[in-house]
Amino acid sequence: MYRVAVLGDRDSIYGFAAIGLDTFPVEDATEAAKKLKKLADGRYAVIYITESLQAQLETEIYNYVSLQLPAIIPIPGVSDNTGMGMRNVKKSVERAVGSDIIFNND
Amino acid sequence: MATTQVNPTRMELTRLKKKLATATRGHKLLKDKRDELMRRFLDMVKENKALREKVEAGIHAANKNFVLARSVMVDEILNVSLMAPRQEVYLDTHTKNVMSVNIPEFEYKTKTPDENDIYPYGYAFTSSDLDDAVKSLANILPDMLKLAEVEKSCQLMAAEIEKTRRRVNALEHVMIPDMQEKIKYIVMKLDENERSTQIRLMKVKDMMLEAAHNYSQRYEINQ
Repeated sequence: MYRVAVLGDRDSIYGFAAIGLDTFPVEDATEAAKKLKKLADGRYAVIYITESLQAQLETEIYNYVSLQLPAIIPIPGVSDNTGMGMRNVKKSVERAVGSDIIFNND
Repeated sequence: MATTQVNPTRMELTRLKKKLATATRGHKLLKDKRDELMRRFLDMVKENKALREKVEAGIHAANKNFVLARSVMVDEILNVSLMAPRQEVYLDTHTKNVMSVNIPEFEYKTKTPDENDIYPYGYAFTSSDLDDAVKSLANILPDMLKLAEVEKSCQLMAAEIEKTRRRVNALEHVMIPDMQEKIKYIVMKLDENERSTQIRLMKVKDMMLEAAHNYSQRYEINQ
């Protein structure tokens, strides 16, 4: 049985604990990278990660893109939202189709 | 085009022809696979986009509620309230095979089935804003999990489409023309050999006849 993890700065994620997800507050990118590796190798099928953290851990996350599990999904945090999540969707369209035909560069 | 040396033999020709047939068939199949994958991918990515917009808006609203709750509550009480969660989410994963891509499917179970029974605190010391915040977050949880499933599938499919597209292109623009070129070369070479053998035979026959009957001398005398 898999669980769901949330990784990010404490203020952005503490609410998720109330609805039954496992929250892992981290302070900086190095700590987050270690934590992410531990979570990804463990019993977590879905790892939500705040966008600001995702931006810093791009290389680590890239390792898991081609694996079936876990799914690492960016979510907006309380502050510093980068629009990273949407950009990722756009990127996968570009990867598949060759050019972006869904978002029309908006 | 035929940069690599090929032996102009019949055996090689048969081998190449067989290879070409396989390549053509493979090309057709891969092209079909690519088209079907693309069709499904586009549907899925549209869903992904819609879900993401919904989830991002939901989380944004929930965050606002949490900030509101924090502003009216003492930090310690808030921390204590959320310290021991009552609700737990478990995921069951299955895989679904879509055109040879294994995409995950999540099925989630919660520890407390009653969705009004998720608050991990008594209501005495907390503000109602916190209830709203937790509720708003709980409401988008199904969409969040669906988003995880769809977004992961999109990523996996995008990778597979890219791979398939490269294969189709390699077959279409490199392998197949190359083999056709080689086959053409062998056929021409074999034909040429055959003609030259024929001519040689004719020439030899002429020479033998000449030696036996002296035609050219007779011809001169008749003149």
